[in-house]
Amino acid sequence: MATPSSTRSTVGTGSLFALGSASGGAIAGGMCSARQEAVAVGMQTAMRNIDSVITAYRCHGWTYLMGVNMLGVLAELTGRGSGCSRGKGGSMHLYARNFYGGNGIVGAQVPLGVGVAFAHKYRGDGGVCFALYGDGAANQGQLFEVYNMAKLWDLPCVFVCENNGYGMGTSVDRSSASTDYYSRGDYVPGLWVDGMDALATREATRFAIDYCTSGKGPLLMEMETYRYSGHSMSDPGTSYRTREEVQEVRQTRDPITSFKEKIINQELVTPDQLKEIDARIRKEVDEATKLSKTDPEIGVEELSADIYCNNLEDSIRGTHPGAPLKHIQVAVRN
Amino acid sequence: MALKSSPVLFGWLTRLSRRNFSTSKALAAKPVAVRDALNQAIDEEMEKDEKVFIMGEEVALYDGAYKVTRGLWKKYGDKRVIDTPITEAGFAGIAVGAAFAGLKPICEFMTFNFSMQAIDHVINSAAKTFYMSAGKVPVPVVFRGPNGAAAGVAAQHSQCFAAWYSHCPGLKVLMPYSSEDAKGLMKAAIRDPDPVVVLENEMLYGVPFPMSDEALSPDFVLPIGKAKIERPGDHITVVCAGKAIDTALEAATTLAGNHGIECEIINLRSIRPLDFQAIARSISKTHHLITVEQGWPQSGIGAEICARVMESSAFFELDAPAWRVTGADVPMPYATTLEAHALPRAQDVVAAATAVLGNKISAASSQ
Repeated sequence: MATPSSTRSTVGTGSLFALGSASGGAIAGGMCSARQEAVAVGMQTAMRNIDSVITAYRCHGWTYLMGVNMLGVLAELTGRGSGCSRGKGGSMHLYARNFYGGNGIVGAQVPLGVGVAFAHKYRGDGGVCFALYGDGAANQGQLFEVYNMAKLWDLPCVFVCENNGYGMGTSVDRSSASTDYYSRGDYVPGLWVDGMDALATREATRFAIDYCTSGKGPLLMEMETYRYSGHSMSDPGTSYRTREEVQEVRQTRDPITSFKEKIINQELVTPDQLKEIDARIRKEVDEATKLSKTDPEIGVEELSADIYCNNLEDSIRGTHPGAPLKHIQVAVRN
Repeated sequence: MALKSSPVLFGWLTRLSRRNFSTSKALAAKPVAVRDALNQAIDEEMEKDEKVFIMGEEVALYDGAYKVTRGLWKKYGDKRVIDTPITEAGFAGIAVGAAFAGLKPICEFMTFNFSMQAIDHVINSAAKTFYMSAGKVPVPVVFRGPNGAAAGVAAQHSQCFAAWYSHCPGLKVLMPYSSEDAKGLMKAAIRDPDPVVVLENEMLYGVPFPMSDEALSPDFVLPIGKAKIERPGDHITVVCAGKAIDTALEAATTLAGNHGIECEIINLRSIRPLDFQAIARSISKTHHLITVEQGWPQSGIGAEICARVMESSAFFELDAPAWRVTGADVPMPYATTLEAHALPRAQDVVAAATAVLGNKISAASSQ
């Protein structure tokens, strides 16, 4: 129990801290996932080494869970060289082994995830791809195109709809003719999961992996969660909902508080041990945050680095003919 | 004429050359239609690399809407030759995702007109991910299909995407003309680790071009980013690609016969990267330039070439302003006569070449 709880806490606290600093203007912009962590943490705990993930722009927690260290995530938010995309991708474009982003186009990650699932099946490696999207993206036409193909070809893909109640400032009732997102795959069976409970998301994910690896094809999971913060850095998140609503979720459904209570009541951990974990993580986050603000940006020569895997351009054009750039290779090639 | 796969073709040609007791390239060169050259290229690369597969509408059981994938489903089966529903955004995204995960997909658009349904995946998902991931995620996908005007299919089905796609860094954009181009460039595209758009032409699919022994070999591949001098000449450089080369060649024959003007026709083969050095070298010989393309004029390939000439020392080599011969600046009409006038014809190239060479530009272009 120690490992998942400490990981969960790390992502939770990490996001909180990043968010806290960010809203103070200290860290460059981004879409934070504060209090949607139970989804990612629970899922990742059940995932196997062979499985893969793709998600939308609320990707920071996932990147950490998929193996990028805290500085790698935070320095990408600040656009610095230690960022996992060297500061070239930014807040919405983080990648790791078996983690294909981070995508800035609402809904586009879902066909891509089905493509990753296609590759799992093609290679016969037994892996499953989890393609995550929000309640806002759930209305995108391309999702319905790939529900169809995923089922037609029985691809090992789990569609995960993180329903946090709002697509930007539009509540689910104002955007969706049906808010039963788990049912919207039609012929793709769906599950409703309490996305505020890391144990529920973990068990649902275990079930999904079993289901998909038995050759039954795709599955859809709606994970009901909540976004405490606004949509992005520029949204205080108050014009389209009440402060009371946010407060109530905080008090009654908070995934971290409820999980803490559970494990303390079960005597799996003492409050002191939790305090210790919190303090350790707080320190780690503080240090990574500080580094992410002092870390230098990459040199301007990298403006024209790794545009192509196999570059064939003699020179990359800069802003005028007198300022040509040279394509360079920085990424380590396998 | 249908040649289903390279072994059949190869065996047939070997027998042919044996019968003729000759091994010379000239005698062995046999006409092969562009669609069969493309078929050979895809077949050979699928045979060579298990990671290569093809997906698109009607590519399997139907043998391809234009028969480019003829026989491949029978040979490679459901796993590697995959019919998709008519959902371009979905299957283009799936192809790109499979490329993220290390496969080498060939995504066929029945025509490139329908790629507009999927252009977000071509540009945002395929072209940019290698850069955004700082080189962590290569995207070795090929998007291919017929591009540009066909005949009698009107505005939505008749447009050229060369300018659209070549605008975007991260993509490579190829436009084959002959069977040799088609085979060599398609193989290069499939082997390339970056996303490549291959713009074929429906009107050329059935046209037979002679292919040498070398081009028929499974090892044949053309370099991406290198133009070919399709016809050498000293008087005027004519830069073009794909179907426009036909128009330019026809005009060159007229110009040589009626006017004693020798055109140097440059077949770009690759729109991005653009082999500007080949263009500049030719200009320094001919001192005159026109471009020919079927696409619209504004922000087109000709516009790009002219801009590059303006920005380089090639400008000083010109004895007259450069002209573009392009598709007319109108949506494609259906009526036959109007359609013919919407696309560049040989006589338009002749008119442009004589105007540029005859210093008649001020008169011709004063409006």
